[in-house]
Amino acid sequence: MVQVDNLGRILEEHPFAEGLEPALKELMIGCAANERFEAGQFLFREGGDAKKFYLVRSGVVAVEVHAPGRQALTVETVDDGGVLGWSWLVAPHKWTFDARAQTLVRALSFDTTCLMRKMDSDPILGYQVLKRFVPVMAHRLHAARMQMFDLYGPGKKG
Amino acid sequence: MNVAMQQLADPMDIRPFRIEKIRKELADTFTMELVPEGGGSFAFKPGQFNMLYTFGAGEVPISISGDPADPSKLVHTIRRVGAITQAIGNLSEGMAVGVRGPFGTPWPVEEAFGSDLVILAGGLGLAPLRPAIYMALANRHRFGKVVLLYGSRSPAEILFPKELEKWRGRFDTKVRVTVDRAEPGWGGHVGVVTKLVTGAGFDPMHTVAFVCGPEIMMRYGIQALEQAGIDSSSIYVSMERNMKCGIGLCGHCQWGAPFVCKDGPVFRFDEVADAFKVREL
Repeated sequence: MVQVDNLGRILEEHPFAEGLEPALKELMIGCAANERFEAGQFLFREGGDAKKFYLVRSGVVAVEVHAPGRQALTVETVDDGGVLGWSWLVAPHKWTFDARAQTLVRALSFDTTCLMRKMDSDPILGYQVLKRFVPVMAHRLHAARMQMFDLYGPGKKG
Repeated sequence: MNVAMQQLADPMDIRPFRIEKIRKELADTFTMELVPEGGGSFAFKPGQFNMLYTFGAGEVPISISGDPADPSKLVHTIRRVGAITQAIGNLSEGMAVGVRGPFGTPWPVEEAFGSDLVILAGGLGLAPLRPAIYMALANRHRFGKVVLLYGSRSPAEILFPKELEKWRGRFDTKVRVTVDRAEPGWGGHVGVVTKLVTGAGFDPMHTVAFVCGPEIMMRYGIQALEQAGIDSSSIYVSMERNMKCGIGLCGHCQWGAPFVCKDGPVFRFDEVADAFKVREL
């Protein structure tokens, strides 16, 4: 019980929980765990089953792409207050990138099999969770497009 | 009064300056320190630009990147992107370049006293902002929070990394740097520069923002600042157009009604916001 209370407090502090009703937070906490990753440790790897997502409490997570014969390329970092991982929402529910702790990372993880079950039976919870994930996905898409533009490329020739 | 002191006496006069020092910044970018031939000083305001001339190639508008409090040397940071900047880049220390200027409107640093100051720079856009940063830090006590947000393509392409580290080391200035992509070894942020605006910790109701970088970066940067609550009348941008005469006569840099060379390059965003939306302008 004490542990659940602690998790509740941790969730409360994360921007993800802003505006979420206490009853829904409680439902979420039932699927949550407090995790810690040392620098260099992987949170997940590309191709693995996406059965979790993370609310980063502190530290920096690098989202990386691997290609044969090349060093890993970091395409994004997620830090304090960030949300990591939405592959659990989209079939075939596989991670599409690697996520590696760049520093010591403390995060709240959610068992998405457990959470999805609750979301299916409680549409309000489902709506509230998705409502918080859609902006995350939209921001990532927007950022990816901006990176494609090559924002900092040379300007006019002179 | 020597030649260098007679600034803008005749704005079409090209004055010779000697290249005292050249420093390579990035693979395609270098900084030149210039001193007037025959001595003297060169006063300017942060955000202004000069027309730099080299024999046989022509003239090109380049922002001044040095410290306005030190008029003894004129500092320009230049990217080799075309024939003229290539030709200037091929010059050596001790050789001469022609200078016309300074031209254009400055960053309103003094007008921002009493407010929080957010400086949002992308890529080489940090160079025209550096004089404003020097001036702001020299007057640090006159501001609330001072926040510098800088984005670059990769860690190897970060401009002025030592100075960024030095500014970040101050206890009174927040410096956040991000890159679009990074290989192992980079311990900083990765992501677009607009992401840095969130959580930067300024008071949007009392903040003045200076934005400089490629136009597309400025467009999205301004959106992020506005979403954070900064009014468009408190956002200033530095525009880049094809300046030729530098004094609003030739029309090469006309951008809607304004001429970038004399009405800009620094504009208050709400006064040019409509022009930002016009395609192909």
